[in-house]
Amino acid sequence: MRAIDTSLPPQRPATKTAEFKPSLLLKEDHHLCAGCGEPVAIRLILEVIEELELTQNNVCILGHGCYGSFIMLMDVDSTLCLHGRAPAVATGMKRMRPGVAIWTLQGDGDMTSEGLAEIMQTAARGEDVTCFMLNNGVFGDTGGQMTASSVIGQRTKNTIEGRDAGYHGNPIQLAEILSQMPGAGYVARGSVHNAASINATRKMIRKAFQRPMDGHGLALMEILTMCPTGWFVPPGEGAEYMMESLGKVYGLGELKDAGAASDDDSDD
Amino acid sequence: MREALEGSLAIARAVAMAKPDVVAAYPITPQTHIVENLSKLVAEGDLHTEFVSVESEFSAASVVLGAAATGARAYTATASQGVLLMSEVLFNIAGLRIPLVMTVANRAVGAPLSIWNDQSDAMAVRDAGWIHLHCASNQEAVDTTIQAFRIAEATELPVMVCMDGFVLTHTMEVIDMPGQAQVDAFLPPFAFSRALDSADPRTVGTLVDPGWFAEMRHSHHAAMGRALGVIEKVDADFAKLTGRASGGLLTVTGDPDARVGILAMGSVVGTLEAGLADFGTEAGTARLIKLRAFRPFPARALREAVAGLDTLIVIDRAISPGLGGIVGSEVSAVLQSMTAAPRVLNYALGLGGRDIPESVYPALIAAAANPLAPRFAVFDADLDKLMPEDR
Repeated sequence: MRAIDTSLPPQRPATKTAEFKPSLLLKEDHHLCAGCGEPVAIRLILEVIEELELTQNNVCILGHGCYGSFIMLMDVDSTLCLHGRAPAVATGMKRMRPGVAIWTLQGDGDMTSEGLAEIMQTAARGEDVTCFMLNNGVFGDTGGQMTASSVIGQRTKNTIEGRDAGYHGNPIQLAEILSQMPGAGYVARGSVHNAASINATRKMIRKAFQRPMDGHGLALMEILTMCPTGWFVPPGEGAEYMMESLGKVYGLGELKDAGAASDDDSDD
Repeated sequence: MREALEGSLAIARAVAMAKPDVVAAYPITPQTHIVENLSKLVAEGDLHTEFVSVESEFSAASVVLGAAATGARAYTATASQGVLLMSEVLFNIAGLRIPLVMTVANRAVGAPLSIWNDQSDAMAVRDAGWIHLHCASNQEAVDTTIQAFRIAEATELPVMVCMDGFVLTHTMEVIDMPGQAQVDAFLPPFAFSRALDSADPRTVGTLVDPGWFAEMRHSHHAAMGRALGVIEKVDADFAKLTGRASGGLLTVTGDPDARVGILAMGSVVGTLEAGLADFGTEAGTARLIKLRAFRPFPARALREAVAGLDTLIVIDRAISPGLGGIVGSEVSAVLQSMTAAPRVLNYALGLGGRDIPESVYPALIAAAANPLAPRFAVFDADLDKLMPEDR
């Protein structure tokens, strides 16, 4: 077969032939910045909800961040709560609806800065809820300021010379902390910077829903997401920048799986 | 020097000229640019201060409390949900009589979530014991910020400088920035009489039994009363230095002989002034009262300002559900003791960032001419959008 010469312009322009989106996503389009990783992560979550047949049996509690705009794009029962408080709201819902998959959608600013107490205490209580942290190391929605998870040397709007451990403190590695807590049954960190990481993250998201539903306690599913705007890099360079900065501090993979022994996940 | 500046940048420069020892803040729209500009000044070496990027407004307020208790000049800024998250600390700061300055970039409070301007945030903490000064322009906000440090330090009360989010914070305005020498002359180094000093140990804040709590509150209230004079004097002193006053407790503009008055706080005053200029001849003129000091509430000055009016329209940029307007209710209360108090009509306007056009002026004048006008209304609400039972 003749190889396609990619150096030449296409003979006819690319055309969209079909929509390809999970049923829970109302539109393919989003209005976040070019190169943003959050739509990819949210799409993965919605695909997994569909696979696990939880479409009519889940509630999403959103914190405050760019991902909040998806509240109108997801065909999911949802509540927008106060900044950082989603795990506590999720606790109230789960106690009243124990059979429903209750999940939070938060960012690193929401979870590790403003809402650190809520995620820690919810994990300490061992609530059977799934908490997603989309970690890009900045307050993207507010315009790119330092969060508790910004890495050393990272330039943000208020760490112009780069985050300095002596002056601004060190990043909080929340997943590592939660993995030490008995009430957290599943702790993993994924990423959406390339196809392999997306596939690996998808499998982790599946377990992040299954473990709390099986009574193993809280699941923290952290997903590294690109924020080229907040990092002052071109959209196409977001993935590379992310793995050179956040990726060096936040190692990918499962940190804890209390339900591994009873794993009947046939997806693998 | 006159410069075209974004409101937030101008405030950051004004704060920097006051040479705060500590700045602690958490980013929140629409305050963000103020703090970003301050961190830029620090990074560029133009501001020598401890700049603490904290994890929440609750901590921001606590950090400045701690810093100011040691005798430091401290500053923070926030808005909306940030004000409410701070609220427990705001009562603490005021109750401990800790002088510091905070800018509130006024924004609506959710739910429903809104990032746009109204004054619900400041109104929600009106009883925390802070001095509240509302600014009608960025020039006033700059001048008031510098004055606020002197007012706070003279009264040992915290000062909240309120400026409308976006309408002022994100708007370019030609601003006459004071010079550093002027600010230095106006604002001597802070010497806190009750600063924590390990050579002379003392306790700031402890459990107070019923034998003393009432006296503490009385003393706080009395200090607020004395602050009325301090606010006026500091503004007058600033005017002597720069040639610009910021409006003392309140200012009266427009037609002094008009039988209709409109009282407002913040940037809507400028809209009303423009409305009077454009529509006054046709619709009728009004006396405009710009209320700058909301706490302490200038009851006597207000009674003098409304003398001779038949109708006073009070604009509220917030609502107290179940009561109505907040400024309107307070104005009504203090006018009770007048022998010929005007009829008060209280209208909420521009909630959650609803645009307030100049054409609101003739509509308000028309309401004043209507003897059946409602005492309170959300003036610019579109009733067609509501459920029938809510109309």
